[in-house]
Amino acid sequence: MSLIAALARLEAVEAGRARPLATVRHRHLSQRPLVLVPLTTAGEAGAPLGALVGTDPERPRLLTVAQPRDRELRFAFLAELADAVLPYIDAHAADVELVERTETDPGTGKRVKAEAELCADAPQLIVPGRAGIDFVRLLGRSMRFRRTAEQDPEAPYPAPPRVPLLGRWLTHYGERARVPGSALLLAATDLLGGHWASGQSSLEDQHLGALLAWIDPPGGGSGAQAALRAELARDAAGQLLCPPAGPATDPAFDNRLLAPAVESYDRVRAALGAAQEGAEADGWLGQLSLAEREIRRLLLTQLEPTWHAVWRGLELLRELPEGGRAADRWVSDRWSFTSHRDRVLAGEPPQPRRDDAVTAARKLALRERAQAQLEAQEALDDPLVMAGRRLAGEAFVAEVTEVVMAWTESKRPAPRPLITLRTDDSPHLGERVKVYRSLDGRPQSAEFVRREADDVLVLRLLDRMGRSRDPAEGSVPAKGDRIAWTLFEHDQRGGPRLPEPEETPWTHGGPPGTAAEDPDPVTPEDLL
Amino acid sequence: MDKAALATAIGSPGAFGQSQFAFMRGNAFEARVKSDGGAELMRLMGVEGPTAFRVPELTAAGPEGRAARTALALREATAEAAWTLLDHPLLALEVAGSPAYLEPDAVVVHPDGRWTVVEIKSFPMIDAAADAAKVGAAARQAAVYVLALERVAAHTEGAEAAHSVLLVCPKDFSNLPTASAVDIRKQLSVTRRQLARLTRIEDIAAALPEGVVFDPERPAEELTAAVESVSAAYAPDCLAACELAFHCRDRARAQDAVGALGRSLRGELGSLTTTGEVLAAARGTAGDPADPAVAALRRAAALRAEALEAAGCR
Repeated sequence: MSLIAALARLEAVEAGRARPLATVRHRHLSQRPLVLVPLTTAGEAGAPLGALVGTDPERPRLLTVAQPRDRELRFAFLAELADAVLPYIDAHAADVELVERTETDPGTGKRVKAEAELCADAPQLIVPGRAGIDFVRLLGRSMRFRRTAEQDPEAPYPAPPRVPLLGRWLTHYGERARVPGSALLLAATDLLGGHWASGQSSLEDQHLGALLAWIDPPGGGSGAQAALRAELARDAAGQLLCPPAGPATDPAFDNRLLAPAVESYDRVRAALGAAQEGAEADGWLGQLSLAEREIRRLLLTQLEPTWHAVWRGLELLRELPEGGRAADRWVSDRWSFTSHRDRVLAGEPPQPRRDDAVTAARKLALRERAQAQLEAQEALDDPLVMAGRRLAGEAFVAEVTEVVMAWTESKRPAPRPLITLRTDDSPHLGERVKVYRSLDGRPQSAEFVRREADDVLVLRLLDRMGRSRDPAEGSVPAKGDRIAWTLFEHDQRGGPRLPEPEETPWTHGGPPGTAAEDPDPVTPEDLL
Repeated sequence: MDKAALATAIGSPGAFGQSQFAFMRGNAFEARVKSDGGAELMRLMGVEGPTAFRVPELTAAGPEGRAARTALALREATAEAAWTLLDHPLLALEVAGSPAYLEPDAVVVHPDGRWTVVEIKSFPMIDAAADAAKVGAAARQAAVYVLALERVAAHTEGAEAAHSVLLVCPKDFSNLPTASAVDIRKQLSVTRRQLARLTRIEDIAAALPEGVVFDPERPAEELTAAVESVSAAYAPDCLAACELAFHCRDRARAQDAVGALGRSLRGELGSLTTTGEVLAAARGTAGDPADPAVAALRRAAALRAEALEAAGCR
C-alpha cells in the first residue's frame, strides 16, 4: 500500500467515513450490466444453492436448488441460469460494427488491412466479491465439458442443452477477469475498494456490506458503526442482519434454517415416492411445493441484501466520471468478447483443461503487458494516482522556466530544444534517463541532461516536433507551462512474437492435440 | 480453554462455526476413502489388494494409552517391514512445555521403514490442482503431525518420518478420491522453529496478575478485565484464526492503533503508532520534520491535497 493510500485510510478512520482514492472511475461500467449473486453449498465443489441474476435492479430472477446434492435439480438450476444469461450475451453478439485492422497475411507474411467485425458493446458481468469471480470460473469448469443428449445420445445423465455453452462463456469471463484492467467480469468489492479508502484493513474490505457502509452509511451516520453492524449484528434468532455476500453462506443460517428446510423437503419427496394412490400423491405433491417454496424464501433472505448492495455500489461508482483510458481498455474487452463469439460460432471445442505451452505463454505476456499499461494509464487519467507515483519518484510535475532552442548536428538538423524546469518533486533521474509527457494523448519523450540546482532540472526534448527544422506549433512547451512528466512509458510494446500453437517445439510438449477433450467421466455415486 | 465461549461471554463472539453440510460432506468423504478396510486408500499409495497390508487395532483407554498403543504399533510394523495402515493414530507432542495429543487421519508405514502422514480433505482437486491456500493450511497441519511422528521415529530403529505427506481430496466434481504427495519440508522447519520459540505456558501464567480466572461463568466485567491483563498484538489476519479477534480489534481501534489497518500499513509509518499521531505529523502540527517518516508523510499529505483540489473533490 502506498503512503498516500495509507494516509487516506487513516483519514477515513478519523472521519468515520471512506475517503476518495481516485478522482475518476478506472473501469468502464456498461449501461446495462448483468448482476449475478450466487450461493454455493458449504463443503461441496460446484454444487450451487441458488442465485439472483438480472439486469434490472427492481426485477431480479431467483433461481434455487431445493436439494443441492441432487444431480437432476442441479441440472435444472444450470439450465435456468443459461436461460437467464445466454439471451443477454446473444443480444450483444448480434450487434456488430465493421472496423479496419491490420492483420498478418498467412500466405505472404505481409501486414495487410482487413475489415473485421467488432461487437458494438460487450456483456458485462458483476458479482459481489472476488470469491464470486472464482465461483464463476468453477461453474464454467464444471459445465463446459458436459455433453447434451444431442451431442452424445449414449451418455448417462445428459446435460440440458445450452448448459455446456454457458460453461464456455463463464470460463472465458473467468479467464478474462485475470487480465489487469479488464472489465468483462468485475467484483463489486474490488471496484469500490479501488476508488475509496475505508477505515478498515483491506482484508475486511472483502465484506461488501461493511465496505459499502463505510462509503455510504445508511442515514448518513458513522461509517465505522454501520460497518460493524453489517459485519456482526444478528437478530433474535441468531441470524446475521447483513448476510455474507457469498457464495459461501453463514454457518448459522445453514445449521438453523436451511438444513431443517432441506430435511423436510427430502422427507416429503421420499413420502411422495412411496405414495401408492393418486389422491395421496397429490397431497404430497402440494406439500413438496410448499417445502420448495420455503427453501426459496430462505435463500431469498440471504441473497436480496447483497443484490441491493451490488446495485447501490454501481450507483455510487457511476457518480464518478469515467477515466479517458478506461474507455480504451473497454475496447480491448470488446475484442476479447468478439473473438470468443467467433470461436463459438466456428464450432471450436471448449477451452481445454490446461492451456498448451504457446497459449499459456501468450496469456502470461498479455497479462504482464496489461498490468504495466494499467499502472501507466491510471496515473495519466487520475491526478490522485499520479500523486502516488510522484511520491515514489516515478513522476514529477514541473513548471517550465526557460526554453533554449538547439538542433542536432547532422546534414538535416532536427530540433532538440533544451527545457529548464522547476519542480518540488524529487524524481529518480540519472544521466540520459528518458521521461515522457502526454501531448494530445500521445507520449512525447525527453531525456534528462543535468540538474542545475536541487529543484531545477534541464531536459532535452527528443521527438514529436514534426519533420522540419523548426518544431511544429504547440509541440514544444512554453515558459510558464506546468507539465506532468513520467519516468515510465505510457504505451507498452508487445513482447517477442510467439510461434503458432501448431508449431510448438518438442521442448514444450509439441503441438497440442486438436480433438476436443473428453467430458468428465460420470460416476454412479457422484452426486455432484 | 474454550476461547469461543470466552469471547461470547465478554460480548464479542467470533464468527466461527462450521456448516453441517460441510461437516457431513467431510465425514462422508473420509468414510469413502477408508472404505473396504482401507483398500481404497492403500491403492492411492500404490498397494493393491485387501490382503497386501495390515491394519492394527489401536483402541486403548485414555489419550496416554492410545498414544502408547500407536507408538507400539508403529514399532511393530517397522520391525515386520510390511505395509501397514494406522487408522486415526494418536500422537503426543510437547507444545510450550505441556503435552498435546494429535490425531492424524491416517499414517502409513512402508516396508522400508518410512512413515507417511495421510491427510484427507474434502476440498476438490480440479484438473490435478487444488486451492493453494487450502493446501497450505493442510500442509501446516500435517507438519505438526510429522514432528510428533519424528519423536517416535527417533526411538525406533530403521524408522524415518517422511517429509512429504499424502493429501487425499475428491477428484474434480466427483466423490472419487485422488491423491497427491505434498512436500512439507518448508512447513516443517517453520513449525519446528515456532514451537521452539513458544513461550512456555508456566512463564505466561507467571506473568499474569494473581487471581486472574478465565471461567466463562464469571461476570462479564471481571472476564473482560482478565482478558485485558494479557497483552495482544492484533493484526487483521487474526480475524481468520482466533475467536477473540473481534475483542482485540475493538481494543486496538479504541487505542487508535494503526496496526488495526494492516501490518503493511504499520510498517510504512515507522515509530508513529496511533492514527492521531500520524495525522498530526502529516498535517505538520506535531512530529520532527527531520524524521524521514514524518517528512514522507507531509509530502504525501501535500500531494494528496493538491490532487484532490485539482479534481474538485474537496
